[in-house]
Amino acid sequence: MNPFDFITQTLRIAVPYLFAASGGLVAERAGIVSLTLEGFMLSGAFSATLGSYYSGSAVIGVLAGAAGGLLFGLLHGIATVRFRADQVVSGIAVNLLVIGLTQVILMLLFDSSSNSPRVEGFQAGLSGFGDPLVWMGLASVPVVAFLLYRTPFGLRIQAAGEHPEAAASVGINVRFVRYVAVAISGVLAGLGGVYLALDQHQFTNNMTAGRGFIAIAAVIFGRWNPWLAGGACLLFATAETLQIQLQGVGGIPSQFIGMIPYVLTIVALAGLMGRAVAPAALGRAED
Amino acid sequence: MRKLLITVAILLAVHTAFLVFSPRGTEAVADPDATRVGIVLDVGGRGDKSFNDGAYAGADSAMKRLGADIRFIEPGEGADREAGLRLLAAEGMDLIMGIGFIFTDDLIVLSREYPNSNFAGVDFSVGTDEAGNVIPPPPNVAALKFREEEGSFLVGALAALVGNSKRVGFIGGMDIPLIHKFEAGYRAGVKHVCPDCTVVAQYAGVTPEAFANPGRGKELALSQYQSGVNVIFHASGATGGGLFEAARATGKLAIGVDADQAAEAPGRVLTSMIKGVNAAVYDAVARVDGKTFKGGVYSFGLAEGGVGYVYDDNNRALIPDAVHRRVEQIKADIIAGRIKVPSTR
Repeated sequence: MNPFDFITQTLRIAVPYLFAASGGLVAERAGIVSLTLEGFMLSGAFSATLGSYYSGSAVIGVLAGAAGGLLFGLLHGIATVRFRADQVVSGIAVNLLVIGLTQVILMLLFDSSSNSPRVEGFQAGLSGFGDPLVWMGLASVPVVAFLLYRTPFGLRIQAAGEHPEAAASVGINVRFVRYVAVAISGVLAGLGGVYLALDQHQFTNNMTAGRGFIAIAAVIFGRWNPWLAGGACLLFATAETLQIQLQGVGGIPSQFIGMIPYVLTIVALAGLMGRAVAPAALGRAED
Repeated sequence: MRKLLITVAILLAVHTAFLVFSPRGTEAVADPDATRVGIVLDVGGRGDKSFNDGAYAGADSAMKRLGADIRFIEPGEGADREAGLRLLAAEGMDLIMGIGFIFTDDLIVLSREYPNSNFAGVDFSVGTDEAGNVIPPPPNVAALKFREEEGSFLVGALAALVGNSKRVGFIGGMDIPLIHKFEAGYRAGVKHVCPDCTVVAQYAGVTPEAFANPGRGKELALSQYQSGVNVIFHASGATGGGLFEAARATGKLAIGVDADQAAEAPGRVLTSMIKGVNAAVYDAVARVDGKTFKGGVYSFGLAEGGVGYVYDDNNRALIPDAVHRRVEQIKADIIAGRIKVPSTR
C-alpha cells in the first residue's frame, strides 16, 4: 500500500475520534465528565440518518445530526448542572438511553430494530476527502484549541472546570458556562456519529462500536490538551490502520496491534508518561 | 414529601389499571390451534439483508402457508439473547429458535430446563469431546447446519476466474471457526482454478460486534481494493454493508453472503453465496406443525440445495458463459464427491 492511501485511511478512521475527543475535551475542561460521548455519537448518527432519509439531502442530515447530539448534550447538562446528578451515572444513563431509543424508533419507522434503509450521503470520492465532514473533523481540533485558549469564553470554561467557586466569585455564571460546554460537546460528538452514518449511507444499531470510549481515552491520553488529544486520536487511528494493513500478512497477530490504543491509555493513566492531571473540579457539581 | 407520596400513589394506580385494562391489539392470536413459534434473531437483526432477513423470510412464509403464529425478538446486548429465549420458552411456545451460532450454549441449557419444548438452532455449533467424537445436541434440539464451505468454494472459483487479478479478497466478521469455514472453502475454490493466486483474508474483530461494524468493513474493503484486489467476498453480516459502499466508491466487485445481496451495490455485486436459512427455518416450523419434529443434526449443502450461488438477470452480464459452465461443472464435481472441500483453514 502506498503512503498516500495509508495516510488518507488513517485520517478517515480518525475523523469520528477527532470530533468526539474535541467535544469531550470542551465538556471535561468545564468540569463535566464525558462518558456520554458514545451516546452523543450514536444519537448524532441516528438523527442524521433520519434527517437525510426524510429530506433526501445530506446537508439536512448533518444539521439534524448536530441537533441530535445537542439534544442529548443538553439532557446530560440538565441532569448534571441543574439537578446536580452524579456525572458518571448520568453519562451511563444517556448512553443506555440512546442505544434503546434508537432501536425503538428504528422499529417504529422501518420495522427493523437493527438497520435503516439507504440514505443520501456526500460524494466522498475514493480518498474520502470529498466528504466535508472529514475536513470539519480535522478542523475541530484547532477550533477547540482556539476556543479554549484564545477566547474569553474559553477562559471561563477552564475556570469552571478548575475552580468553580473562584469563577463564581468574579461573576462568571458557572452553570451557564457548563451548559454551553456540554452542548458544544454534544454537537461535536454528534457530528462524529454523522460522519459514520452518512459515510455508510445507513444507520446500523450501535454502529459507533465503542468509538466514543476510544475518544475519552484520547482526551485522557492527551492530558486534556486539545492538540495532544488530537495527536492521540491520530495515534489510535494509525494503530487501527496498521491492524487492517498487517492482517493476513503473517508474523504479528493482528490482535496485538489492535491492543495498542488500550495499552497506551493504561500506560498514560498509570502515570508512566508524566502525570495526567485532570481539571480540578471534574465531576464535581458546582455549588 | 407529600408531593412525592401523591406522585407514587398516582403512578401505582395507573400501573395497576394497566393490569386490568390491557390496550387493544395486544392479543393478536387469531387461531388458538396455530403452531406457536418464537424466534430470537442474531447480531445484525432484521434489515441486514443477509442472514437474519433470510430467517425472517422463512418464518414469514411459514406464517402465510402454515398459518403459524410467530414472534420475533431482536436482542440488543449479549445478555438479552438468553433472556429472549427464556421468555419464549416460559410462554410455552411449540418451537423456540435461535438464529446464529451464538445461541448454542443457551439452547443447550434451556432445552434441559424445558424438556417438553422443541428447540432449533441455525448454525448450532456441535461440539466434540476430547477423543474427537461428536457430542450430539440434546434430544429436543435440532441443529440446523450448513456446509458453507461448499458454496464458498464456488464463489471463490468465480472470484478468481472473473477477477482478472492474482489477488482475491475475503472479509470475515468475527474471527471464529464458523467464519473460517467460509474462508477455507473460498480459499480452496480460488486455488482450485488459480493455484498461484493469493487470498487476502481479513477479519473485522474478535467480538460479536464485528458483525455490525460497517465503518470497519468499509476501511478493510478499501485497503484490499487499493492493494490490487478486484473481487471481495464477505461473511460479516451487517459489517458487509461497508464492503458494498467501498464497491460503489471504487467500481470494483463484491460478493454477497447468506442472501442475494445484488441490490446493495447494483451492478457491482458479482454474485452472492446464498445460504438457505429461509428453507431451514421453514422446514423446522413445518416439522413442528406436522408433529414430526425430531432433534439431531441436519446438514444442508450443495446437494440438498442448502447453499449455492446466485446467477440471474442481475449478474449475468458480469459472468462470461464459459466461466458459468466451469463453475457449474465444479458444482457437479462437489456434489458427486469428486472434489473434497475443506472446512477448516
